[in-house]
Amino acid sequence: MIGLSHYLIVSALLFSIGLIGVLRRRNLLMLFFATEVMLNAVNIAFAAISHFYNDLTGQMFAFFVIAIAASEVAVGLGILIVLYKKHGSLDLDDLATMKG
Amino acid sequence: MMEKLVYIALFAPLVSSLFAAMFAMTPRKTFVGIIASLLLFTGFVASATLAVNIFTTGEAVSVTMMQWIGMGDLYIPFGFVADQVSVTMMTMVSLISTIVHVYSIGYMDHDKSFNRFFSYLSAFVFSMMVLVMSDNFAGLFIGWEGVGVCSWLLIGFWYHKPDQSREANPSISPSWAANEAFIMNRIADLGMLVGLFILYWNVGSLQYDDVFAAIPNLDQWILNGAALALFIGAMGKSAQFPLHTWLTDAMEGPTPVSALIHAATMVTAGVFLVIRANPLFSVTPEVSYFIAALGTFVAFFAASMALVNRDLKRIIAFSTLSQLGYMFAAAGLGAYWIALFHLVAHAFFKALLFLGAGNVMHAMHDELDIFKMGGLKKVMRPTYIYMGLASLTLAGIFPLAGFFSKDAIIETAFNEGTYILWIMLVVTAGMTAFYSFRQVFLTFHGTERYDHHEIHPHEMYKFVLIAMSPLAILAVIAGAFKDGFETFVTSLLPAYHMSEHTHHYVWLLTAIVTLFAVGGIALAYIKYNKGLERNEKLENSFIYKLLSNQYYIPNLYTELISKPYAMISEKFWHGVDMKIVDRTVDGVAHFLYKSGDVNRRMQTGNLSHYLNWMAVGAVVLMVAAAVTAMIG
Amino acid sequence: MENFLASLFTFQGFAFYLFSFLTIILFWITVMSNNVLYAMTSLASGMVLISGFFFILGADFLGVVQLIVYVGAIMALYSFAMMFFDATREIKEKNTNGAVVFVLGGLSALMLVLMFAAPIHSESIQALYPMHEGVGNAQDVGIVLFTKYLVPFEVAALMLLVAMIAGIILAGKKMDQSLTEIMDEDAGEDEILTQKDEK
Repeated sequence: MIGLSHYLIVSALLFSIGLIGVLRRRNLLMLFFATEVMLNAVNIAFAAISHFYNDLTGQMFAFFVIAIAASEVAVGLGILIVLYKKHGSLDLDDLATMKG
Repeated sequence: MMEKLVYIALFAPLVSSLFAAMFAMTPRKTFVGIIASLLLFTGFVASATLAVNIFTTGEAVSVTMMQWIGMGDLYIPFGFVADQVSVTMMTMVSLISTIVHVYSIGYMDHDKSFNRFFSYLSAFVFSMMVLVMSDNFAGLFIGWEGVGVCSWLLIGFWYHKPDQSREANPSISPSWAANEAFIMNRIADLGMLVGLFILYWNVGSLQYDDVFAAIPNLDQWILNGAALALFIGAMGKSAQFPLHTWLTDAMEGPTPVSALIHAATMVTAGVFLVIRANPLFSVTPEVSYFIAALGTFVAFFAASMALVNRDLKRIIAFSTLSQLGYMFAAAGLGAYWIALFHLVAHAFFKALLFLGAGNVMHAMHDELDIFKMGGLKKVMRPTYIYMGLASLTLAGIFPLAGFFSKDAIIETAFNEGTYILWIMLVVTAGMTAFYSFRQVFLTFHGTERYDHHEIHPHEMYKFVLIAMSPLAILAVIAGAFKDGFETFVTSLLPAYHMSEHTHHYVWLLTAIVTLFAVGGIALAYIKYNKGLERNEKLENSFIYKLLSNQYYIPNLYTELISKPYAMISEKFWHGVDMKIVDRTVDGVAHFLYKSGDVNRRMQTGNLSHYLNWMAVGAVVLMVAAAVTAMIG
Repeated sequence: MENFLASLFTFQGFAFYLFSFLTIILFWITVMSNNVLYAMTSLASGMVLISGFFFILGADFLGVVQLIVYVGAIMALYSFAMMFFDATREIKEKNTNGAVVFVLGGLSALMLVLMFAAPIHSESIQALYPMHEGVGNAQDVGIVLFTKYLVPFEVAALMLLVAMIAGIILAGKKMDQSLTEIMDEDAGEDEILTQKDEK
């Protein structure tokens, strides 16, 4: 049978894929995609735990994660547009103005 | 009502100081001095009213303002008491400080730090009030340190004057003299603190009443230790040998300061302490005898140095030292009220003497060498009268105040059967008369030895001269109050009466002392009235040089203490401070700087790099969690 | 292996392995592709498949929300946003050194898998808000959400409102100007400047 561990491992793998994306991407839009991947991976874990422990709390958290993801995208995309207007690029290498 | 007067007497000087401090950085403003003087006068009126009240009712007023330290068994309040002893001191201090404040308005006229001066001066008076009014040793110690700080500030008032060699100026510079005074007092204050600790350790309280009540239950060696330690503190403040050098150097301060602090009030704090703690010193005869012997020695020792000195203010400073010796002799022999009486009388005529010296300095454009003066009585008659009067009082001529107070001390020495002390004190009385009139004659009589083209002597402002008159009157008439004073203070202090034996000889004793005094004056008249005839042979003799160099004691201190100390400090500076302490500190700083420099490269400004670092951190945390989970 | 095969032939097992395989592939494409359109499409399809996970797990309402909010709203927002940028262009970026990425990513994957694969020892885990027998998931969720999580829910609603206003204001400024035109104008000005310099 498929157990909790199976779901958690899938979730871990997806999370790591998202992490890889965050690490290697330089384009801000692509970075956003990678974070979405990570958020979804976590949601799987929440739902699985909720199912296997017969508890709704996991699902509740998943809802709030989705809500936060939605607002993050709304604000984040607005900022991206402003950045693009200002710099004409979304590449982090071009935006590195705060060198110490 | 009486409590309010206590607070007014105590805090009027503080208000004055704070008021003047507000203008400390602004140019000279006469009204600052006037208001400070008025506030001080208010304090004097309050003190005098209290004194009259206590004299008529015989009841001491004590107030506890607030708790200062209260933890466990330790309870120290800010408590103040106005009893017969402290009210005497309060009245004397506030009177003289009021006069000195008024005097300073004239004397500091041309000084650009006029306002600052009044702030310091009033702060000193406040500290002195705390010192004399406190009802416990802790409060006394605060006042003690407070007057020390103010003394330091005022001696070094002209801190900008450069250092000179010891030959050119024995006290090197005002800031040097201020530091010397402060450090010497620190050494003595350590002794005083030890004394306080001994008392607290054994009694469990620092209230005068509790401590004195507990004295019968204490071991003799504890009492001796405490008395000796407290006296060491008194030695520093009252400049007794071997901690005496600072007092003459303190003459670097402005002359009103010398009059107020280094003659009339602060230096007598040591005597006050001994008088205050008389129940302790009464039961420690060995320590008391040591005090008397040391006092007598200092009286003689200081007078001998004054014989040959040429500096107007230093001569008076030596005489202060000498008179402090007299007071300690009286206190050590158990005649506490006589010591207090001499303290008060001395305060009047010594302040007068110093203020007169200030007038002379003012006239002579800060010239202090009496060999370069002379003939000033023509232009400065009031000052001449004041200084002559004060010198007569100092010499102990009937019927002036000094006669009654000093004579009583000398009689006490006879009465106690300590004839060696008696002889020394009598001889010192003669020396005192000689050096004070040597100074008066050299300054005011004889030929004019100053440069007429550069110096045009002129009398001081009239209001200053008028302000000095109460001191002159008191110096003349204070002796008349001797009996009243005795009954007043002996309701608190132990009574002291001469024996029948002494009574029998009292006329003879008085005659001997007066003979010595008049002899001293006569000798001075013969030698110096006409003018200065310098005797090369005498000036080059060993004893003359020894005396004029203050027995080479300052040089000795320099060679034996200051220089080795500087040498050791140098060694420690190079060896310990630079090589170990500084290097460690620098190493830490260097490490931080370098690591910061290296880590700075992390801050590329590129978000992607930061994300990578974040991931590194997260992975490290995860590994750590996994490892600990596996181990656990 | 036998276990794997046995589970493969149940409905749940088959669906789980299929979805797992597909989501991993799709998200991998999202992360690795240089083309924004490919990346976004694969992300959207991956999210649809994740809602499939939710359905298998009995979280029907969550699955629906996933479809509506993620696939419907968020991905729509992304596609609208992309209209501001030049979406057809291949993204040229200097990706971070591969070794670093794969060491860090691999290590974190390894650690997480190790942690999750480890058997859970504690038997005392109790459900805080247990599901009710015979009550539909949507109803159950509603009961808990509007009783126990009412305040967080309202706060989340407020947050979404704030985010919406923020998004509108940030993106809405100079809406009338085309970003590409602005770029062109800048380039034009530069040309004029260079021409002046040449003169």
